[in-house]
Amino acid sequence: MAKQPAAVIGVGQTHHRAKREDVSMAGLCREAMDRALEDAGMTLEEVDAIVVGKAPDLFEGVMMPELYLAEALGAAGKPLLRVHTAGSVGGSTAIVASSLVQAGVHRKVLTVAFEKQSESNAMWALSVPVPFVMPVHAGAGGYFAPHVRSYIRRSGAPTHVGAIVAAKDRTNALNNPYAHLREEKTVDQVLGSQMLWDPIRYDETCPSSDGACALVIAAEDVAKGSPDPAWIHGTVMRSEPTTAAERDQVNPQAGREAAAALWKQAGITDPLAEIDAAEIYVPFSWFEPMWLENLGFAAEGEGWKLTEAGDTAMDGRLPVNCSGGVLSSNPIGASGMLRFGEAALQVRGAAGDHQVDGVRRALGHAYGGGSQFFSMWVVGSEKPSS
Amino acid sequence: MRDVAVVGFAQRQMEEFDGSPTCVELLVPIFAECYEQTGWSRKDVGFWCSGSSDYLAGRSFSFVQAIDSIGVLPPVNESHVEMDAAWALYEAWLKIQTGEVDTAVVFGFGKSSAGVLRRTLALQLDPYTMTPLWPDTVSIAALQARLGIDGGIWDERAMAEVVDRSLTDAEKNEYAVRAGGSSVEDLLARPMFADPLRKHDCAPVTDGAAALVLAAGDRARAVRERPAWITGISTFSDGLHLGTRDLTGSDSARRAAAAVDLGGVEVAELHAPFSHQELILRRELELADDVRVNPSGGPLAGNPMFTGGGIRIGEAARRVWDGTADKVLGHATSGPALQQNLLCVMAADPAEGSN
Repeated sequence: MAKQPAAVIGVGQTHHRAKREDVSMAGLCREAMDRALEDAGMTLEEVDAIVVGKAPDLFEGVMMPELYLAEALGAAGKPLLRVHTAGSVGGSTAIVASSLVQAGVHRKVLTVAFEKQSESNAMWALSVPVPFVMPVHAGAGGYFAPHVRSYIRRSGAPTHVGAIVAAKDRTNALNNPYAHLREEKTVDQVLGSQMLWDPIRYDETCPSSDGACALVIAAEDVAKGSPDPAWIHGTVMRSEPTTAAERDQVNPQAGREAAAALWKQAGITDPLAEIDAAEIYVPFSWFEPMWLENLGFAAEGEGWKLTEAGDTAMDGRLPVNCSGGVLSSNPIGASGMLRFGEAALQVRGAAGDHQVDGVRRALGHAYGGGSQFFSMWVVGSEKPSS
Repeated sequence: MRDVAVVGFAQRQMEEFDGSPTCVELLVPIFAECYEQTGWSRKDVGFWCSGSSDYLAGRSFSFVQAIDSIGVLPPVNESHVEMDAAWALYEAWLKIQTGEVDTAVVFGFGKSSAGVLRRTLALQLDPYTMTPLWPDTVSIAALQARLGIDGGIWDERAMAEVVDRSLTDAEKNEYAVRAGGSSVEDLLARPMFADPLRKHDCAPVTDGAAALVLAAGDRARAVRERPAWITGISTFSDGLHLGTRDLTGSDSARRAAAAVDLGGVEVAELHAPFSHQELILRRELELADDVRVNPSGGPLAGNPMFTGGGIRIGEAARRVWDGTADKVLGHATSGPALQQNLLCVMAADPAEGSN
């Protein structure tokens, strides 16, 4: 049996900030949901099911917060699912919501992903000592810095490539009214910022944000009434273990296999030529060239050349993270859904000041854990042919 | 809809698991059992999905280590819900329905004994208005039981009858952590634990893990002569706040029942962690008097968190495999006082009342 066609017809997000003390968790989610519903021209009452995603519950200090949020999210009397797949969760949640439509179970699904990091302390939540497990202690930057060093050594990339990414994404965020950090950055400014985890500088790291993102995903008959549906052309999830001697954490097998499966599903043979805009999960600058290779946009060791040549800039061959990306806003649980939602906005021509001209197909990408969980989708302005 | 069946099931339940909260030591032999039942290897599994809770494990990302038990190189198509394994099964069923995969293994795990379970679960409540008062699970269930008794909807005797039947049936369940029937009179003579609940009215704190195997069409037929075909699956949620819903009923269970065909169900495994909740569910699901409820002993004999609902589906499916029933129901609940409910109807005939 073939999948039922499904499309994103509404995208909403919050204004992302370090601390959204003006709203509760429920208020944060509703801010994104209400925008998505308005965009879709739909009321909450019309929605068939609610799918909630977020990263670890310790980030807010509430066990399974969707239970207490059920009423505020309009889920009382409806099916309510809660997804948690680490940093990739925003993407995975959108995929689970899509599958409710693609399986033919529901016609109108609302999905929301959020993180309100200011409610708790993410560093604490990530540092709870676990018996018999080696503590990381260093936070995410300390964990990923060796992978970045390894990438630079293996690829021979010039050491300022990371700064090019950071300057680009931060400057792109000036065109996104929802972004947390909105500041013009030059490569020199980034290079002049403090070194945190060599070779990752302060300006090359993502912020900690409070924020949410919501999508309305609809079946074909509903989507046909939308002026600008973003049709789902392919979805994929892949996982691999945290620690295994044979793992390549610079270019993980799970990411490569996920991308290959995704391009196949979406009927794409040359992603660099056929994808018009990409929202890639880049929490530390160097992950742009690393993921360009992992995703198959560039050969191994060649990703930095696309970045250095300006190919990933707003006016480049493959504009990457026109929204400002994770480097400008990082409400962890929502960060993946923001990538998926921004990809949908691009193909709908609804991305506002950070819209790229004539986007027909866009990639949304998220990863989590120790570069081990991947979720991705391709959305397009045309309904998929198969 | 594609015909999808439950074709494998393995479980472990115990009072105190002497191992890690990620339960990898339990999951490895459980998966081995699933492979033995199906004749499959890891390569035959199209999708993996698990259910567990970080708060129960006392750490973030507890499922990350748990998937090591799969042996995830080469990488796998995998997802996780912060819910009972029954909802992981729902996600896997959806994945098979999309046509993307034909097979799936779903699993759940949890080490409830690692903390004080009823206190841990108080963290599921409204963080602003309820959790600061630390109303624990047992106390909330006791309030619910009291409402029903005072309303004349059930009585302590009916609750004791549920317990007596469950613990008698549990004698035949090698995984039961509490077993041994006595008599309604004897049970009623025992002391109160959280009035009107006696200890035996409450599911025992249980550690454990379980896995279920799903397969579509001919893949299912190749595994079992009588696959337990899923003819209906439905889940609904209520709001959490205790003051905004009628605790003597379950709106979400009723909605789920309306979305499936329960006619002709012979065996129902109900995930009622408190005796009176079985009475609520029987009424909301309108189960006939001759429906055999919880022949495994049910959750009052053992209720590993985030697995208990999945186990109900597995126990029900087994009755179809072994020919003791043609149509069965597996039920799962989540959240305080039956907030969320899931029904999975299975039958020997895939065309039986499909939804």
